[in-house]
Amino acid sequence: MTPVSSKQYTDDVSLLMVLIDTNPLFWSSTAAPLSFSNFLSQVISFLNSILLLNQPNQVMVIATGLNSCAYIYDSSSGPTNHRVETLLQKLEEFVLKDEELSNNDSFDGIGSSLLSGSLSMALCYIQRVFRSGSLHPQPRILCMHGSQDGPGQYVAIMNSIFSAQRSMVPIDSCVIGSHHSAFLQQASYITGGVYLKPQQLDGLFQYLTTVFATDLHSRSFLQLPKPVGVDFRASCFCHKNTIDMGYICSVCLSIFCKHHKKCSTCGSVFGQPQTSISASNQKRKGTEY
Amino acid sequence: MTDAQVVKRAKYKSSVKDPGVRGILKMTRERFVFMPNNPSSSMKLNVEFRLIKGHKSSKEGANRPALLNLTQEQGNYIFEFENFSDREICRDFVAKAITLSGEGGGATSVKANPLKDEQLSSAEMERRIKLLQSDSELQQLHKQFVIGGVLSETEFWATRKKLLKVNASRKAKQRVGLKSEMIFNVKPSSDGQSNRVTFNLTPEMIHQIFAEKPAVRQAYLSFVPNKMSEKDFWTKYWRAQYLHSTKNIVAAAAEAAEDEELAVFLKQDAILASETRQKIRKVDPTLDMEADEGDDYTHIPGHGLANEDIKDELEAQYEPYKRSFLQDINRHAAVVLEGRTIDAETRDTRSVAEALVSSKRVELAKEASDVNTHQERLDRVTRMAEIEDLQAPRDPPVATLCIKDPRDYFDSQQVNALNQISGSRQMKPRLTTSEAYRSLRAYISEIRTAGLSDPIVRPEVAFRVFNSLTQNISSSKYQLGKNPNESILDTLPSVTKDELLLHWTSIQELLKHFWSSYPFTTSYLYTKVSRLKDAMSQIYPKLQEIKESVQSDSRHQVSLLVQPMLQALDAAFAHYELDQQKRSAKSGEKPNGYA
Repeated sequence: MTPVSSKQYTDDVSLLMVLIDTNPLFWSSTAAPLSFSNFLSQVISFLNSILLLNQPNQVMVIATGLNSCAYIYDSSSGPTNHRVETLLQKLEEFVLKDEELSNNDSFDGIGSSLLSGSLSMALCYIQRVFRSGSLHPQPRILCMHGSQDGPGQYVAIMNSIFSAQRSMVPIDSCVIGSHHSAFLQQASYITGGVYLKPQQLDGLFQYLTTVFATDLHSRSFLQLPKPVGVDFRASCFCHKNTIDMGYICSVCLSIFCKHHKKCSTCGSVFGQPQTSISASNQKRKGTEY
Repeated sequence: MTDAQVVKRAKYKSSVKDPGVRGILKMTRERFVFMPNNPSSSMKLNVEFRLIKGHKSSKEGANRPALLNLTQEQGNYIFEFENFSDREICRDFVAKAITLSGEGGGATSVKANPLKDEQLSSAEMERRIKLLQSDSELQQLHKQFVIGGVLSETEFWATRKKLLKVNASRKAKQRVGLKSEMIFNVKPSSDGQSNRVTFNLTPEMIHQIFAEKPAVRQAYLSFVPNKMSEKDFWTKYWRAQYLHSTKNIVAAAAEAAEDEELAVFLKQDAILASETRQKIRKVDPTLDMEADEGDDYTHIPGHGLANEDIKDELEAQYEPYKRSFLQDINRHAAVVLEGRTIDAETRDTRSVAEALVSSKRVELAKEASDVNTHQERLDRVTRMAEIEDLQAPRDPPVATLCIKDPRDYFDSQQVNALNQISGSRQMKPRLTTSEAYRSLRAYISEIRTAGLSDPIVRPEVAFRVFNSLTQNISSSKYQLGKNPNESILDTLPSVTKDELLLHWTSIQELLKHFWSSYPFTTSYLYTKVSRLKDAMSQIYPKLQEIKESVQSDSRHQVSLLVQPMLQALDAAFAHYELDQQKRSAKSGEKPNGYA
């Protein structure tokens, strides 16, 4: 197999990083609209079709677990005729390891998987690809997510979103669960990706190939679905609650839900609040129009 | 001078030679009125200070008249006063009145400003004008509010100090150094025909001369303008220079004997000499200026004597054994001069030796323990050796910003996240964790055995998906634009867009001033707030107009855009009403609530 770097790269070569949500609580609860095996088979077919679209295309799969994340499959390494087997095997090993890492409390609800971790891993891999030379495919990230947003991950996710924006890597989101995900809406909006919440999940493969399969260059010629609005609410740094109005430190811009004497991030001391409204900085709810 | 008017007896003259008409001169802030004593005379004057451009007054002297000349474009008015003090009073008053009237004519702000008048330097005005010219948005705002009378200049620029400061700091603050050329030693130019020699004098040369020759400076201060004029002074100076340049000492002495003032330039500079003498006196007397390496006479050949030549060349191995009589004499002399350090009358040999050793040790210890002098010496050395230009700029005293290690933050986040997960109750757990994992693994093995489903997607499902996607995209295409990042503003006609943006910036500016005036304590703020409220209520209907003027399909989007602006204005109005109510309730009958 000829090394990929010697091939001529046209502008429609893509490197697709797929982040699959493997939160067992989500997939085993009623919130999951389809079974994990159905989901996985559609996603794997989609990956195969990506690799069929263009010879130099690359695909990388990262699993987002409850307690850890791992690289599951890399299309540029390994034999080309045992793709699915290797992927599934790696996935199973990952699930085992993830189970070992969990402490055996019974979780209430679905819980949230570590989206921030897998986003960071994807971005690190993309950075490595950028530094490998001038000839490289155009990377983008596709997030298949179903769990809820964990407000505790707000800061880390925002940091990854901004670094993706800086490196010009679009983050596409395909939300499987029942609720919209504010984090992914913001991610797709800021980085210029596509956000989709499919209505008919047994046709997931069709959604994937129609909306998410095209490379970045060809996207400028297509009209892709746009969300109606983006939820820009932030979560406060002290309790990690989602808030509309809060207090902001003027030095480091950390957000707090109630008045503190001292900023916990940068240590600057706040002055006394004056009685009128004009003194405290108010952050208003920003909805996209 | 705090009077609002001045009344003095004066004579009005149309020219200096004119004997003048006696009368009373009355001056107020805006005008002066002259009424002659003789009511039948037609010399009445009633002139506004606006027309008066300047004033001139005659020199004070014993027999001279005290004249005050008020100039204007066409002519002038000359008044003669009875004494100089009257004239001084009137002159000061006129000066003030002229400046006041000059200011009043040019001011653009109509509202009475109870704050004291801002003395703007021309540099400041220049900076502001430059800033306005470079930023059209700022200029627009400035025109709208300051010229429109809603805000005053000071208020407008109060929040923009940073912008002005940036411009100001760009001007270089370097001082020009002194020339290293001795320019006052330039040879004079002479035309070969006549006997004249021409010297040119520039201010730079004068500065150098005064800096380097204090005697000349002293002479200048004492001679000019009393004894001689400046031209004479420099003529004498150059004559002296010329005499020096001819190196004819006898002629110089002869001329010095004749002309006392010339002698000052020809003699040595006495002031310099005294300065150097003072410097010598300031040197530390305990400084041992004679201690140098020559004292170590044992190791220097020739014992520090420069011109002693060594007759015999011994080999190197014999060097340490060289000894000479001079060494012993020198050492004996040094010890004798030190004096007796111990009392060695009635002691035996050993104790004498020990005593000498201990005394030497004490002396050394005393020197070493006196750390202060050492430190002082170091300080003095650094102070004298410091070159100001080469010092690094001192950082302003600020507190260093320390931001916590972000790893702590992220670690604590994990804990928080887990707590959150265990704390929230959104859905009833159907399975415990281990069961969930087991089921997940079951799913995976299911695929492994069964393989991918065939077909992946049923045709009718695929068709339905296509339909819904197409419908979704086509319906939102005209509303939201083609790209996800395209904003609604770009789809509007540019006139509307500019108008909206302008309203937005003006509302921001107004609200900024509005909210910063609360809670107000002075009547000035009260008037300011009412002004701002009027301006805001003017913008309000304009926004409504914009909403209506847009086409129907983008009306919804535009109203979404306009909504936050209206909300902000509504909040401000509501606060204003509330405050009014409170004040009228508090103060009872008084309609305006003055604090």
